[in-house]
Amino acid sequence: MSGTMFDRIWDSHAIADLGEGWSLLYLDRLLVHDLSGGRAMRELAEKGRRVAEPNKVFAVPDHAISSAPGRTEHTYPKGAALLASLRERSKAEGVRIFDIGTPGNGIVHVVGPEQGIVLPGLTLACGDSHTCTNGGMGALAFGIGSSELVHALATQTVPQRRPGTFRIRYEGVRPAGVTAKDMILAAIGRFGAAAGTGMAMEYAGSAVRAMSVEERLTLCNLSIEMGAKTGMVAPDDTTFEYLAGRPFAPKGATWDAALADWRKVPSDPGARFTRDEAIDMAELAPQITWGTSPEMVSDVTGHVPTLEDTVPSRRAGLEAALRYMGLEPGQKIAGTKVDWVFIGSCTNSRLSDLRAAAEVLKGRKKAEHVTAWVVPGSEQVKADAEAEGLHHRFREAGFEWREPGCALCVAANGETVPSGARCVSTSNRNFVGRQGTGARTHLASPAMAAAAALAGAIVDVRSY
Amino acid sequence: MEAFRIVEGTAIPLMEANVDTDVIIPIQRLVGSGREGLGEFAFERRRYLPDRSDNPDFIPNQGPYKGSGILLADENFGCGSSREGAVWALMGMGVRCVIAPSFGDIFFSNCFQNGLLPVRLPIEAIRRIAEQTEESPGNARTTVDLERKVVITPRGETIPFAVDDRKREAMLDGLDDISLTLKQADAIAAWREQDRTERNWAWESVV
Ligand code: SF4
Repeated sequence: MSGTMFDRIWDSHAIADLGEGWSLLYLDRLLVHDLSGGRAMRELAEKGRRVAEPNKVFAVPDHAISSAPGRTEHTYPKGAALLASLRERSKAEGVRIFDIGTPGNGIVHVVGPEQGIVLPGLTLACGDSHTCTNGGMGALAFGIGSSELVHALATQTVPQRRPGTFRIRYEGVRPAGVTAKDMILAAIGRFGAAAGTGMAMEYAGSAVRAMSVEERLTLCNLSIEMGAKTGMVAPDDTTFEYLAGRPFAPKGATWDAALADWRKVPSDPGARFTRDEAIDMAELAPQITWGTSPEMVSDVTGHVPTLEDTVPSRRAGLEAALRYMGLEPGQKIAGTKVDWVFIGSCTNSRLSDLRAAAEVLKGRKKAEHVTAWVVPGSEQVKADAEAEGLHHRFREAGFEWREPGCALCVAANGETVPSGARCVSTSNRNFVGRQGTGARTHLASPAMAAAAALAGAIVDVRSY
Repeated sequence: MEAFRIVEGTAIPLMEANVDTDVIIPIQRLVGSGREGLGEFAFERRRYLPDRSDNPDFIPNQGPYKGSGILLADENFGCGSSREGAVWALMGMGVRCVIAPSFGDIFFSNCFQNGLLPVRLPIEAIRRIAEQTEESPGNARTTVDLERKVVITPRGETIPFAVDDRKREAMLDGLDDISLTLKQADAIAAWREQDRTERNWAWESVV
C-alpha cells in the first residue's frame, strides 16, 4: 500500500460513507472554548441531547479572558458570562474544564499538545479554525463551525467531505534568522491564501524533520491561512520524546501499544499527493506581512508591490489594503515606524518562541514610543518561562508580561490595538480590524517582533 | 435550519477576493450575544460611517442592492475564523445566497447548516452576472434555483452549478444533520466497540 498519512487517518476513522466524497468521521478528541463551547452545549441540551462521550471532550476558556496581570474572570465582564456558561455546562455534562488560573489552562491549541490530549494518528476537532495547529503532532485536526460542534458533541462524529492532499517539502538547511513562521508565511506568499482550499497540507522535507515539535505546531497553525482544512507533520522520535510523560499521553504498556501504532502513521515513501511542491530553504529570508491578507507578505528586505506589479483584477484590493495599512505602493518595508508589538497567540506563544524573542533583546530596551506585550500561551508556558527568568528579561526590556489567553490576537477580550496604530504581531491574521478597529497588523516571527520593539520600526532581525 | 428552494433579486456585486469572516462580523459582536440581531452588525466596519449612518461607498448599501438576497464575490469568500456568526450576520442582513469562485472551507459548511446557499461558479460567469446587473441595477434580476441547480442571469442565461446531493436535499427540506447521523447509531456503536479493542490506548488515556 502506498498512502498518505492524511488518507490513512481519515480511512481508519470513517464510520460510514455518505456518498459524493462525504464520510461520517469518528472524533477521538473534541476541544471547546469559551466563545462557542457553552453556547453549543446549551443548544445541545435544548435539543434534548447529552454529550455523547464527555471524557473525550475538553473545555478550555481562552478567547474572551483578560490577559491583564492579576486578572480575574471579571476583569472583562462580557467574557465572564461566557465563562460562567462554559463552566456550568461542562459540569452538567461531565466535561473536563481547564479553568483560568489553573494548570492546563491556556490557548486551546497550545494546551492540546502540551497536555498530551492530541496524539499521533488521532482525529481532533474544535470550533476554531486554528485547530489545524494540532496537526504538528501527526494528528488529523480541523476546525468546525458551531452547528457542526453541536453535532460532534451529540454524536462524537462529524460528517466531512474528504479534501485532497497538498504536500510542501522544505528542503535544505534553515538560513540564519528564518523560523517556522517565516517558512509558512513564505509558502502562503508564494502559493496564495486560497491555495489550500479543499486540501489537507502535509509539511515534509529535511528542514521539517529537523524541527522541534513546537516549531511544527507553528508551521501547521497557518495552514488555515492558506485556506486548507488542516496541516500535518509526520510523527517521529521528536514527537514521541515530546509526548512522553505528558498528563494525557498513554503510560506504561499502553504507551508501547500506542508507539507501535504511531510508527505506522507517516505517509509511505511512494505516496501520491494531489499537489506536491518543494521550497528550497536557501531562498528563504525573515518574512513580514504588509497588507490585510497573510498572502500580502514579503522578505523583510523587500518592498510593497506597485500597482504595475499587480494583475489588474487585484489592483483595487491592493489599493484598499495599502490605504488601510497606511503604506505607499513600492515603498521599502523595513524602516516603517511601529507603535505596538504583540508576542503571543496559538502561533507563537510557546516556550521556544519566548526564548527566541528574549534572545534578541540581549539586555536592551524597547523604543520609548512602543507598547510591547508578551502573552504566554498557557499557564504551563508561563510557569516554565518564569522558572528560567524570561519574565525578568522581558520586563527589563520594557515589555508587559501578561496572563495566558488569546488576547490581542483577536481582540475578543476587550484588549485592542488603537485605531491607526501599527503593530508587529506574532499571531496569524492581519485582517482589517482583527486586532481592533483601524489597527494595522504586520505578522512576523517572535524574533522579528522583538527586534521591531527595540528599533521602534520594522527591521531585519539578522542585523540585531 | 431554514429551508431553501429559490431566491431571486438584484445581485450585489461585491467583487472582492478574500472577504474574511472578521470583516463579515467583528468578534466583539459575538461575545455575549446569540444569533439573533447580528444582521445589523454584518460588515459593520465597512457599512457605517463614524456617525453610524450608512456608508454610501459600500456597495451593499447602494439603492437597488440594499436588502438583496444574492451576494457576488471573488475568490476565497468567508476565509479565516470559523465563526458561524458570519453566516448568521449575512442572513440577518437578508443574504440567502453567496456566489463566488471559492469559499473558506468552514464557512462553506456553516452555510449549509443554516440555509444560506454558497454557489461556486467560475469567475468569468460571476463577472457576467455583475456586468449585466450593473447595466441597470434596478431591473436586473438574478435567480438562484437550488431545486434545478441553476443560476439565471439578468439577461436570461442559465448557468448550472454543482452541489452535493446530500447537502442539497437537507437544505431543500431544512433538515438537521444530527437527526440524519443518529439514524446510524448502530454503526457508530459497532465502530466504537471495535476501536476500543484495536486502539485501546486512544481510549485509556482519557478515562
Ligand atoms: S490565539 Fe488567536 S488564532 Fe489562536 S485560538 Fe486564540 S484567537 Fe484564535
